[in-house]
Amino acid sequence: MCAKPIKKEPKQVETTGHQWDGIEEWNNPLPRWWVWVFYATIVWGIGYTIAYPAWPLIKEATPGLLGASTRADVAAEIARVDEANASIKAKLVAADLNAIGADPELATYAQNAGAAVFRTNCTTCHGTGANGFEGKGYPSLIDNDWLWGGTMEDIHLTITHGIRNTTDADARYSEMPKFGVDGLLDDTQIAQVAEHVLAISGQEHDAASAAAGATVWADAGCNGCHMDDGTGDRAQGAPNLTDAIWLYGGSREAIIESVHFARFGVMPDWNERLSEDEIRAVAFYVHGKGGGE
Amino acid sequence: MRKETCPVSNSETPESLYVAREPVFPRRVKGNFRTLKWWIMAVTLGIYYITPWLRWDRGPSLPDQAVLVDLANRRFFFFMIEIWPHEFYFVAGLLIMAGLGLFLFTSAAGRVWCGYACPQTVWTDLFILVERWVEGDRNARLRLYRQNWDVEKIRKRTIKWTIWFLIGLATGGAWIFYFTDAPTLLRDLVTGQAHPVAYITMLILTLTTFAFGGFAREQICIYACPWPRIQAAMMDEDTLTIGYREWRGEPRGKLGTEGAGDCIDCMACVNVCPMGIDIRNGQQLACITCGLCIDACNDTMDKIGKPRDLIGYLALTDETRERAGQPAKSVWSHVFRLRTVLYTVLWAGVGVGLIVALFLRSPIDVNVTPERNPTYVLLSDGSIRNAYELRLRNMQGEDARFTIAVTSDAFVTLSLEGAEGLTVTVPANETKSQRVYLTAPPGSRAAVSERTNVRLWVEEQGTTNRVHHDTIFNGKED
Repeated sequence: MCAKPIKKEPKQVETTGHQWDGIEEWNNPLPRWWVWVFYATIVWGIGYTIAYPAWPLIKEATPGLLGASTRADVAAEIARVDEANASIKAKLVAADLNAIGADPELATYAQNAGAAVFRTNCTTCHGTGANGFEGKGYPSLIDNDWLWGGTMEDIHLTITHGIRNTTDADARYSEMPKFGVDGLLDDTQIAQVAEHVLAISGQEHDAASAAAGATVWADAGCNGCHMDDGTGDRAQGAPNLTDAIWLYGGSREAIIESVHFARFGVMPDWNERLSEDEIRAVAFYVHGKGGGE
Repeated sequence: MRKETCPVSNSETPESLYVAREPVFPRRVKGNFRTLKWWIMAVTLGIYYITPWLRWDRGPSLPDQAVLVDLANRRFFFFMIEIWPHEFYFVAGLLIMAGLGLFLFTSAAGRVWCGYACPQTVWTDLFILVERWVEGDRNARLRLYRQNWDVEKIRKRTIKWTIWFLIGLATGGAWIFYFTDAPTLLRDLVTGQAHPVAYITMLILTLTTFAFGGFAREQICIYACPWPRIQAAMMDEDTLTIGYREWRGEPRGKLGTEGAGDCIDCMACVNVCPMGIDIRNGQQLACITCGLCIDACNDTMDKIGKPRDLIGYLALTDETRERAGQPAKSVWSHVFRLRTVLYTVLWAGVGVGLIVALFLRSPIDVNVTPERNPTYVLLSDGSIRNAYELRLRNMQGEDARFTIAVTSDAFVTLSLEGAEGLTVTVPANETKSQRVYLTAPPGSRAAVSERTNVRLWVEEQGTTNRVHHDTIFNGKED
């Protein structure tokens, strides 16, 4: 079977008059399909500007007949997700704090929602790994040392009301006296009590000064919050001074600075910004990071 | 491929590259190859349609379908074998075996895949069978083709197309059964409750089957399929293929003509060919080596009392030998040669490797991701703790209790997040995450070294299944 050759008569087409090295440019018409597609795109374009937001006006663009809006789409998407999560959020709020982990569905939700809340709100001070900033006053949340307690209830309360803020009457509160600034102790006494703290935390120290510092410890009332043995009191947020973890550094200089100027770490009351389900989720997340009690 | 000589084109009359299809009306034929093809058709179609309905008991938490590609849960079930996504190399291995198998068969016996087992060939054969059953054999079909659209033609075409469509529907329907529980899906399909994807897939496969088997037919092989192009690289002078013994058949002439060869130009070989070619022009791209021309020619040879196999399976070396008056080599000496043995060894090697891997694989698995932010945590007593995320995989039909243990270059202790002991229950056929802590005592070697090699072990209680994963313990370097 042979192909039937299609004979093409060269059509008589005018040239444009342009000529390069004897090669003339023909003034062939555009292919008809191309022209029709071109017209169709014009019609489509006009229709599009009528149907969708297009023409810029003084305050906003023409809304378009279809009422399309990407902002509304996002809002609807968020509403849809909220709607979908409404029941599990209610379940989380109603659940016993210590029973969240026992329900796999609830635990998975709290873990992921808590991680998102933590990334958005908590990482600025506590770091993306929740390990805080050692010696800078931002506590690590994944070690086994807690200032105000590491149970689910403790963590939940701390996040809800915050620490030493002025906006929540129920915030956790305590204040260390400024022993040096307010003249409660002189520099020698401060140096001696610092030596005592070095001694009880098992660091290198001068034994004679430390012995004198032990007297200062009792006389100045350090034991009122940090207890006689220096192990601290969680009810007052008084740190344990005998362990290896230091919120503001454990060197001699850092301890002297803390006694002289005192420390006053603040945490916001998150109930102003986060809903109860978010607070519970992030409390569960933090509790599961390794420090939870 | 085509015997007419085409007029030489010149620049003034450019030749069109388009050639209209010439309809093919294959005549019915009987013979050994036809019988073989019927059997292969019955077996392959049987496998295709029946497989999804085979059941295989795997326990309460796993599907009981013998062959199932469970896309939703990312599992592939094949009788006693269950493949997880991380074991995809099994599928890759099977594809390599399929490829090598194709090389082997092609180098030994040419396009046997095309001629006998290719779905395009099998379904086209089935469609032609229906066509002959409704419209009659070649001559009747030719007459009907030229006939005007009267009542008879409309009736016959309608019946034929309806049956084709039903076959297509069954083909598309069977395909989707491989991807979900067949009885459930069939009920959902009939009651209109199945997922739209099921209906769409079924419709697409129905229409492609209808079009490819009913109308496109040999054009798929000639124009669409890459295999005819690749096959040339697989074949050599010893490859068996279908050929016409031209030295015996030519010159053609009516029976009894003085000086004529054995070919009486009865056109039987051309009339039965589903590809619409003339094998007497030599081996060609369009020939799928289905062997029907051999049957047709043998039938004629029997009738005129000449020896069989004027058209038959032969290799290029046979041609040389036969022209020189020697007998053709035996089939086995063509099939067994270095090349095919090599393909067989490779094929078997991959197969044995897969089987060994299948038996050696553990039904449990562990993957360990060390926590890197932070790399270590200082505890109040001065010890250093590292956290690890364990992914425990239980590839069995029953829940399993895994005990976790650690060995290391320097002393570290192990504890689990949210658990008292060192044991975790992993549900059947699932992967579970477990956070695990390693702690080095204050001042110990692991605590002060930058890194210590550790190995986390997972053992299934009550069995000897034990797997491990090596990782690093990060200390606080002074």
